[in-house]
Amino acid sequence: DRVLLTGVINISVPVRSVCVCLCFHVTGARVVVSARTYADFTPQATFDIKKCDLHKLEEGPPLQAVLTREEGLQYYRTMQTIRRMELKADQLYKQKIIRGFCHLYDGQEACAVGIETGINLSDHLITAYRAHGYTLTRGGTVREIMAELTGRRGGIAKGKGGSMHMYTKHFYGGNGIVGAQVPLGAGVALACKYLGNNEICVCLYGDGAANQGQIFETYNMASLWKLPCIFICENNKYGMGTSVERAAASTDYYKRGDFIPGLRLDGMDVLCVREATKFAAEHCRSGKGPILMELQTYRYHGHSMSDPGVSYRTREEIQEVRSKSDPISMLKDRMLSNNMASVEELKEIDVEVRKEIEDAAQFATTDPEPPLDDLCNHIFYNDPPMEVRGTNPWTKLKSVS
Amino acid sequence: YSSSDISDHISVTVRDALNQALDEELERDERVFLLGEEVAQYDGAYKVSRGLWKKYGDKRIIDTPITEMGFAGIAVGAAMAGLRPICEFMTFNFSMQAIDQVINSAAKTYYMSAGLQPVPIVFRGPNGASAGVAAQHSQCFAAWYGHCPGLKVVSPWSAEDAKGLLKSAIRDDNPVVFLENELMYGVPFEMSEEAQSKDFLLPIGKAKIERQGNHVTLVSHSRMVSLCLDAAAVLAKEGIECEVINMRTIRPLDAEAIETSVMKTNHLITVEGGWPQFGVGAEILARIMEGPAFNFLDAPAVRVTGVDIPMPYAKILEDNSIPQIKDIIFSVKKTLNV
Repeated sequence: DRVLLTGVINISVPVRSVCVCLCFHVTGARVVVSARTYADFTPQATFDIKKCDLHKLEEGPPLQAVLTREEGLQYYRTMQTIRRMELKADQLYKQKIIRGFCHLYDGQEACAVGIETGINLSDHLITAYRAHGYTLTRGGTVREIMAELTGRRGGIAKGKGGSMHMYTKHFYGGNGIVGAQVPLGAGVALACKYLGNNEICVCLYGDGAANQGQIFETYNMASLWKLPCIFICENNKYGMGTSVERAAASTDYYKRGDFIPGLRLDGMDVLCVREATKFAAEHCRSGKGPILMELQTYRYHGHSMSDPGVSYRTREEIQEVRSKSDPISMLKDRMLSNNMASVEELKEIDVEVRKEIEDAAQFATTDPEPPLDDLCNHIFYNDPPMEVRGTNPWTKLKSVS
Repeated sequence: YSSSDISDHISVTVRDALNQALDEELERDERVFLLGEEVAQYDGAYKVSRGLWKKYGDKRIIDTPITEMGFAGIAVGAAMAGLRPICEFMTFNFSMQAIDQVINSAAKTYYMSAGLQPVPIVFRGPNGASAGVAAQHSQCFAAWYGHCPGLKVVSPWSAEDAKGLLKSAIRDDNPVVFLENELMYGVPFEMSEEAQSKDFLLPIGKAKIERQGNHVTLVSHSRMVSLCLDAAAVLAKEGIECEVINMRTIRPLDAEAIETSVMKTNHLITVEGGWPQFGVGAEILARIMEGPAFNFLDAPAVRVTGVDIPMPYAKILEDNSIPQIKDIIFSVKKTLNV
């Protein structure tokens, strides 16, 4: 916690000044510097965002993004919620209240939040096992996410799934087998096209998964059948302990779709991610078929809680990203230097978020575990109750749908 | 092998029965669609989907590239998002390429999501030994899929089985592995008027007694049911009456039907085409040991299975790699000590 706060506060003034200069140069919005009432906050500002690298595309997303005050506050809150939730999960894991696999998302918040702002809740999304952030942006609550991590009956999957198997409406998990979620996502996109509902599917995978054969099989079919699928590679530079240079003959993941147009962009900038996602969604909805996005991002934690994350990368590297590219700091800086919010206001959000996380953790640690009666349930859907063999021939357990 | 009153019976091959089932279910529910290699314009590698592409078009009958893992995953994803796919494997040997999608993505998901995400999908195709296709194309996967909770595994024998069970499988809201048999596709069966109807369904999980008998219970699935009936006909001439049970479903296994029969005949032999170790027969025998029928056995229950080797090519070798009628007759006489 303390380290994080230090990191946030430590943004140096010169950077801010430069930022202010740039922003003043491009913004057409009114800026009042003297008074500090809410009425005086800048309602919206336009920001330059980095140009995307393009593959088989004539033009890319816009080079500017308009951010309203409301949007900024909302993105800030959501990213902060993910950050705090993941850090709390770290704590609970070290206390052995969370067990098994726990793959944390801190550092990558701009990806989940940016993507969600570029699509609708009625669209579809599927990812791999680093899924807590997406479970939240797709409609899950912190309470039910944390209670799932601690394996309680109030968990989003009633304690039966755990960290890697959380689902909500139009969110297909949480998938443990590297790469398997990619064909699944294309299948969801096929259903969208089949049903003619103008919905699309965002299908995520990491730099490690990007070398999987089934992903290339999926690229082929998605392209042949023009499925409305946005393939997104979250490139956080390491597949577990293997750096991208050691795993991939080509680390231009946005080009690996070959015949599929691709974009590579800064995954630490929530506005970049948003604009690219909007661009990609439009591409899919217009019937052009799939498109690929590579988000360059970073995870502060190791691969999972069993990985300290410093045997294959340096602490200096991690610290450098934290101080120069943190997604939450970047947004905060932009808002403060454009007078879109006050320091106090953002601190207040931090306090609210912290409280929400504490309450959720409290619930997650006190909610009872699932009842043993639930052990054999949910094998089949819409089936009459059946018997399941227990651990020995005399034990017959009951299973209902 | 007809069941009852024959006046309205017509002769239908297993292939045509499957084709009818597919056609009827495609017509009945728009969310049903078929994908797989050569299912559309080729009319099906084994002609099971003949005429369907012509009738339903590209949207509902989809030819895939030769990429099992990819298209099986796509099929599962489509099922998760509300469609009702039928995913054909040209043979179940190729399903091994996609088995992760069948087990980890399809079978387990309803449980992992605690009931939030059903997966209404059918994986179908020919299973087990064919004729002269050698080791990589002859494996029986009944035991492999039968092992996994979250799957239903069906293995039809007759035309009636094929039609009624495939329709039920398609209407089932859960992942069903439907194991057909290439050598049975061309075999004609009498189909009752009831079985010819568009609403003819057979329940998954219920075995059928194809032949009543008092001396020994023969339990089998798929093509081996034919051999059991042939063996029973020969044995009947010697006064030995076999009760032949057609399992119809591998999982959930109808243990009760088998137990009831064993409690009557006091002797049990399972007959399958697959390998012996950890197989369908092994499971049945274990259940009989653990259940009420054990005390009714007058001799150890035994298994007749494929030989524990990869399938050879030469005809004489292949013929001796799978159970023959004489092997069943021999095993019955050994069990009955005659």
